[in-house]
Amino acid sequence: MRFSTLFAGIFLTFALAWFGETVVPNIQLGNLQPQTDEDGGDIYPVNNSGIAARGRKIYVAEGCFYCHTQQVRGSQGGSDIDRGWGSRQTVARDYIYTDPVVLGLTRNGPDLANMGNTELVDSSTGKKRWKDAAWHYAHLYSPRSEVEGSAMPSFSYLFEKRKIVGQRSEDALKLEGEYAVENGYEVVPNSDAKALVAYLMSLDRSHALKEVKQEAPAK
Amino acid sequence: MSDILTQDQTTASAPVSDTEIVKVERALIDQSAQAPLLFLYTSAILWLLTSTILGTIAAIKLQQPDFLGGVPWLTYGRVWPAFTNSFGYGWASQVAMGTGIWLVARLAHVSLRRPTLLIFGTVFWNVGVTAGVIAILAGKGQGIEWLEFPGFVQAILFAGFVLVGAWVATMFRLRRPGHAYISLWYLAGAFFWFAWLYSAANLMIGVVHVHGVVQAVVGAWYANNFLSLWLTSIGLGSIYYFIPKVSGKPVHSYHLASLGFWSFALLAGWTGMTRLIGGPLPAWLITVSIVANIMMIIPVATVMVNFVLTLRGNYNLIYFSPTIRFVFFGAIAYAVASALGLVSSLRSVASITQYTNFSIAHSQLLIYAFFSMVMFGSIYYIVPRLVGCEWLSSRLISLHFLGAAYGGGLVILTTLLGGIVQGAAWNNPEESSSLVIQSMAPFIVGRCIGWIFLIFGHLFFALHFLTMLLRLGRPSGRPTLFPTHHEEGAH
Repeated sequence: MRFSTLFAGIFLTFALAWFGETVVPNIQLGNLQPQTDEDGGDIYPVNNSGIAARGRKIYVAEGCFYCHTQQVRGSQGGSDIDRGWGSRQTVARDYIYTDPVVLGLTRNGPDLANMGNTELVDSSTGKKRWKDAAWHYAHLYSPRSEVEGSAMPSFSYLFEKRKIVGQRSEDALKLEGEYAVENGYEVVPNSDAKALVAYLMSLDRSHALKEVKQEAPAK
Repeated sequence: MSDILTQDQTTASAPVSDTEIVKVERALIDQSAQAPLLFLYTSAILWLLTSTILGTIAAIKLQQPDFLGGVPWLTYGRVWPAFTNSFGYGWASQVAMGTGIWLVARLAHVSLRRPTLLIFGTVFWNVGVTAGVIAILAGKGQGIEWLEFPGFVQAILFAGFVLVGAWVATMFRLRRPGHAYISLWYLAGAFFWFAWLYSAANLMIGVVHVHGVVQAVVGAWYANNFLSLWLTSIGLGSIYYFIPKVSGKPVHSYHLASLGFWSFALLAGWTGMTRLIGGPLPAWLITVSIVANIMMIIPVATVMVNFVLTLRGNYNLIYFSPTIRFVFFGAIAYAVASALGLVSSLRSVASITQYTNFSIAHSQLLIYAFFSMVMFGSIYYIVPRLVGCEWLSSRLISLHFLGAAYGGGLVILTTLLGGIVQGAAWNNPEESSSLVIQSMAPFIVGRCIGWIFLIFGHLFFALHFLTMLLRLGRPSGRPTLFPTHHEEGAH
């Protein structure tokens, strides 16, 4: 083969794929705006700032997305809806303010796209999937005290063990059995843990969008 | 056409026909490449050992989540990307540059001038990988697979690659006139594509700042091409060199090679979006990738037919040539990886395998069982020519092969099967999260056992390489081959 043919071919084939796979999607999806109703109200999604946005940084730093996805497949693509992980497939508009996007690749643990939704029902227990902050703290501190056989590491370093001075702190963890701490001490979440839990509890991609239909779990 | 064939084949023909001039030229090229290549290989192997440790820790942590627990630097979500990045950039990319440069020098008939520049490039690269891995362990990762290194680290790495790439470009400029041998096609592609790929992905994410799902698209495009264009091209180019070289037979068909290369160049870059099947993306984007994955049958089948037919009649080389044993193992793994990639790109299959360990196993097949094995084979061929002595012991090579083949095989197989079980379990709405997670346990134990094999294999390999650096090998002459049964009987 001639070198000139070779170099031209190498350039053109790659340029084509680069353009088609990254530039075109950016043109199509790069300027998505939030959806509003006719009066400009009911804006979705909203740009989270403050503590939940800071929590996403902790989520990224600790690498949560290596084991948890945040994307729900439609019922034709898997059982995500049936499990109670969402009420519809997630679509591009859901993520316009998510940076980095942390869709996740592997489900060593459950999907978290709607962890903060208060309506969804877990198919295996029949109970609401929503958990309060106290549960999240306990789960982050000692995962196996909350979920049997969990493979999640303990994030005890996001908590502080300290001597109780005067009153017991309001957000101190209620630890039992092997996880309990000695009398006179308490375990409290630090600001990173609080941000992370605020973030997890803010995750809700169930708002109706015109481009995707709502689905219900098959009975 | 026949003169093109013979002309091309001279560069890959048996050593029997070597004239003295050719031998002297090769010796000069090897001598000029000695310092930078040994530096690249040494740093690559040190990163291989580092990533082996990190990978083992990550594997144990999935089984025993409290192992080394409570230490932020060693939490699973940081150790895992530290492992993949030290493996991908520290080991794989550096060994790719090393073997790639040697092959280009050989095939373009150019000695390396000013090797210091190349050494500078390697220093940059290693500083970058070190800083990047530390940043990940410190919780400063960027949160995009294969692009976890912070922006300033990506800049250092790119500077290092530009120095190395400028080198490769110079060799292409100074090449001896004539037609390019098949391996050079893949090598020219690899170095050019990686420069574009790496800079484009980082600019789009860091400077243009694409956001939302476009970031995931660019990330998937990059991750796929990092494996399927950059490392795969170096791997295939190497196989096209070593099989004819060691067997002394010309490549079976130049036309098949040409078809294989161009279909590969045209299609491989489009296959990445199957990583996002089921994800929040327009259907066309994913469908294009599914089609590209299916059409990849053409390049994969043509290179495999070419490799197998070139080696036909010389299969005994697999038994006694270390280079061919590793390289052929890699070639087979490439076919298996591509087949799995094709099957799992079908939407019906992906509904089970997507978001599971299956995808991890697929990547590991490509980067380890295929690419790394071919690179091991290339090191067994190239290093004796750089240091002027032969490998000390065929038994050590054999132990390395066993550790790598069985260890790697076990890790990949358990990850693959575990992924299918995991996917099927998540798809059963009656099964609680807790039960799904526990269903993975036996596979994770198997994976840990595989890692122990890998540790030993890599240690033997590194020690053996060290003896070569210290020039403790056997005097040059006959290459170190695995003993045949006949020779064993003579002991």
